[in-house]
Amino acid sequence: MSDLITGETGDWEVVIGLEIHAQVTTKAKLFSGAPTEFGAEPNTQVSLVDAALPGMLPVINKEVVRQAVRTGLGLGAKINLVSVFDRKNYFYPDLPQGYQISQYQQPIVGEGEVEVELEDGSEKSIGIERLHLEQDAGKSVHDLHPAKTYIDLNRSGVALMEIVSKPDMRSAAEAGAYVRKMRSILRYLGTCDGNMQEGSLRCDCNVSVRRPGEELGTRCEIKNVNSIRFVQQAIDYEARRQVEIVEEGGEIAQETRLFDPNRGETRSMRSKEDAHDYRYFPDPDLLPLEIEQSFVDALAADLPELPDAKKMRFVEQYGLAPHDADQIVEDRETAEFYESLAEGRDAKLAANWLLGELFAALNKSDNTLADSPISADGFGRLLDMISDGTISGRIAKDVFVEMFESGRDAEAIVEEKGLRQVSDTGAIEALVDGVLAENPDKIAEYKGGKDKLFGFFIGQVMKKSQGKANPALVNELMRTRLDG
Amino acid sequence: MSLDKATVQNIAHLARIRVEDERLDAMVGELNAILGWVEQLSEVDTDGVPPLASVTGHGLPMRADEVTEGDLSEKVLANAPDPAGQFYSVPKVID
Amino acid sequence: MADLLDLSLVEARAALDRGETSSVELTQVYIDAIERGAGLNAFITKTPEKALAMAEASDVRIAAGEAGAMEGLPIGIKDLFCTEGVLATAGSHILDGFKPTYESTVTANLWRNGAVMLGKLNMDEFAMGSANVTSYYGPVVNPWRAQDGGNAQLVPGGSSGGSATAVSGRLALAATGTDTGGSIRQPASFTGIVGLKPTYGRCSRWGVVAFASSLDQAGPLTRDVADAALMLGAMAGHDPKDSTSADLAVPDFSAALTGDIRGLRIGVPAEYRMDGMPGEIETLWQKGVQLMREAGAEIVDISLPHTKYALPTYYIIAPAEASSNLARYDGVRFGLRVDGDSLDEMYENTRAEGFGPEVQRRVMIGTYVLSAGYYDAYYVKAQKVRTLIRRDFDQAFETVDAILTPTAPSDAFAIGENEDDPIKMYLNDVFTVPASMAGLPGMSVPVGLSDRGLPLGLQVLAKPFDEATMLRVAGVLEQAADFDAVPAYLGGGT
Repeated sequence: MSDLITGETGDWEVVIGLEIHAQVTTKAKLFSGAPTEFGAEPNTQVSLVDAALPGMLPVINKEVVRQAVRTGLGLGAKINLVSVFDRKNYFYPDLPQGYQISQYQQPIVGEGEVEVELEDGSEKSIGIERLHLEQDAGKSVHDLHPAKTYIDLNRSGVALMEIVSKPDMRSAAEAGAYVRKMRSILRYLGTCDGNMQEGSLRCDCNVSVRRPGEELGTRCEIKNVNSIRFVQQAIDYEARRQVEIVEEGGEIAQETRLFDPNRGETRSMRSKEDAHDYRYFPDPDLLPLEIEQSFVDALAADLPELPDAKKMRFVEQYGLAPHDADQIVEDRETAEFYESLAEGRDAKLAANWLLGELFAALNKSDNTLADSPISADGFGRLLDMISDGTISGRIAKDVFVEMFESGRDAEAIVEEKGLRQVSDTGAIEALVDGVLAENPDKIAEYKGGKDKLFGFFIGQVMKKSQGKANPALVNELMRTRLDG
Repeated sequence: MSLDKATVQNIAHLARIRVEDERLDAMVGELNAILGWVEQLSEVDTDGVPPLASVTGHGLPMRADEVTEGDLSEKVLANAPDPAGQFYSVPKVID
Repeated sequence: MADLLDLSLVEARAALDRGETSSVELTQVYIDAIERGAGLNAFITKTPEKALAMAEASDVRIAAGEAGAMEGLPIGIKDLFCTEGVLATAGSHILDGFKPTYESTVTANLWRNGAVMLGKLNMDEFAMGSANVTSYYGPVVNPWRAQDGGNAQLVPGGSSGGSATAVSGRLALAATGTDTGGSIRQPASFTGIVGLKPTYGRCSRWGVVAFASSLDQAGPLTRDVADAALMLGAMAGHDPKDSTSADLAVPDFSAALTGDIRGLRIGVPAEYRMDGMPGEIETLWQKGVQLMREAGAEIVDISLPHTKYALPTYYIIAPAEASSNLARYDGVRFGLRVDGDSLDEMYENTRAEGFGPEVQRRVMIGTYVLSAGYYDAYYVKAQKVRTLIRRDFDQAFETVDAILTPTAPSDAFAIGENEDDPIKMYLNDVFTVPASMAGLPGMSVPVGLSDRGLPLGLQVLAKPFDEATMLRVAGVLEQAADFDAVPAYLGGGT
């Protein structure tokens, strides 16, 4: 593929691995009974455990374990029946314990794989190295006081799944597709809401460059990128930066970097430059986490249909093009909307209208399907009116615009505006005859071989009918008159 | 394995404990004495012996996913040395 | 009626039930005793008003016939337990001004059972010490004096030194302690009282300032074995807030004190006979063995081959856990903050000033043994040896019901002694640490006096969660030994 970066001295390949931090959808935190809601007043969702007061102890939330196992199953990954929580020791004011409880040597989920669809329609398999559970840190607020950093521990102790990919991606676009796919799977499973703006899904990007086929280069880690667009921008910038350095004879320093979305640049994080020595060891406040195979099996049996399976089914059952199916299944709600729309209808027509009109209108109005003023049922009845000939496809587009703006029913709009398609042969014959009578010269030209004028005659009839004439009938009758 | 001053300074920094230069020599000596003494563990044959994971013999208990705490901000902030409204505060951190 | 201070916990409970005294009267006697005993420096915080208020409430419950197991009994609390609204220091400068907004499970259990809180007891800083000389609040003085012509102030042992002195010197009817490597048992031996460390998991660690999480256990320090049984029952129990707490019913420990050990098999481990051990310790041990035999127990020679490695193992694992547990003392959310120009300076200043030398030493050792490149050689190696130590005990307990050993390798020493040599100080715990490493219950019972007239205890160990058998053996040992010496502070000796 043409994903190589062309430098001054030749081509370079970028190698990308991603660590996705996904907030586990739960009511309470990983090791405490404090709530996890987003956007609360500072330090109001902090238990004594989350603030690491002396003598406080962690007790694990069972739902987190369940969700992690379900996620592992959704990624086709190995579930480890024994896993261990370790302490990752470092000092930072938003880390109240002075250590993060994480899983280091024995994570709950091992290797897996996800298929991502690339823009050219091809598919690529990205390896998953592991998934482990860990605590989120609190938030440091740097801009409220000139000389102080303020600390809010609301997020402290929130359960995260860290999903580590293998360094299998070779372009920003692949990375973007991978994050999109991962988010899609998590949302299907209901294990993470995937909301990147609120930080429930964040990305650390490990980026290095090399000559194609050569050894891996030194990597830099870009921390905490919080949108797919930024992931791609950050990787593109970082890859170019590294190519420039290497081509100028420099060396890449292995370091942690931060992406600045305003400037579209990555920069070194000075505060993280300290050589880290996390001194991992098993948390003695917790025991090894042991789960039964039967528990895993029960969760596996209860897993919802995931995007890949759904896509295959849509292609087979509805005859959709793979690319259309991809778009529809990315989001579970969209897929459900589609299925309810396609039920008992022309499935391809349904896909075209969903991906065409409805998505365009939603995009334009900056809305998502959840905010759509048109329900699947209402949308379906519009399609029904096309299929049964009540209105033409052309008129349907106008009706759609009206429905989207007003939220009214298709039937009501069609009735009120008198948009029913005219399929009365006599009425259409009258229109056809009228048009022919008005254009004797054109008839002559047509008979003289100017076939293209056929379209002109049809257009005139449609115009006279204000678009309501059944185009197939018009066509048929015109053909009889002119060629018959 | 014997610690030198630089290593001890590095450990002190990892542990975030200031060690004044005049105390450093004494500390190097003390730590080396202790490490030298625990060195006797190398006599023990531990081939094939698993590290002890826990002495309790029971599994990891789990909590139900329930919010059991309300707003405890008063309690968690009660002992803060330099609170700023609803926040804890520390000297400015530069990222 | 005899002096109220002479009553044991069990006796005082009975006296309260019979209406011979009130909790308020009893509590006032102890408040006065604490005042008289200020020179022993056993208390960091006294809570007389709270004590009297609790005593009044106890008297109401006693009158209503609703007395709990510890109803109306005034006790001291080691300052490692968080008690709501009362300063908690852990013996450290770094917890300056820290008043917990919560109550530890163990103290909550005690209050629910009716106990009355006299105050918070002095201790080695963060429970790190064997002489109670590392406290920011100064050393605790042992109520005993040696009969050697000198008049040196002696250490009470540690880390629960304040607890041991308070019970031995009758400044409290009983006290809570915590034991990580011997911190209940060794001071009990040094002060002539009973100290019991339960099985790891028997008492909740929630709300107790952590030293080494895989080892810390709370337990009672009492005047006699019956008191220990009563108080352990009131402290113990499953706590869903502590993942390492055992979900087991608490037996009636008092009922276990049958006074009959006939046919019980008691192990005597060869490896506890150590080089350089004073002859009087060996003599005491033999006396204990003889008493057990006379009481009808079968004495069995056993081997615990990895005994000598327990202490160095402990001095890797405990500091490693402590280095991490003590990271939360960073000047951000509670306790001492010493300002600095940057965040790191603030951390380093706070922790340099806030932690004393022994705590710093252990945090440094712990940091080092966990650091990159050394983790396997030290920490993992130690955890493997710990497995072997545990196996030694498991094997021994296949043939014996309990084990009898000395508690400590010496009697109490003078304040200031052993302080220049950390390792010499560490050796105090040579007999108590192995059971800690294995998570076993152990208790010290006073059995005799040293040549210098100082108390010496013997240690009884039992299988995990078999405190009942341990108490039964200890009860018989206590009765047979008939230890009735009185510390100098209470007029004994001279």
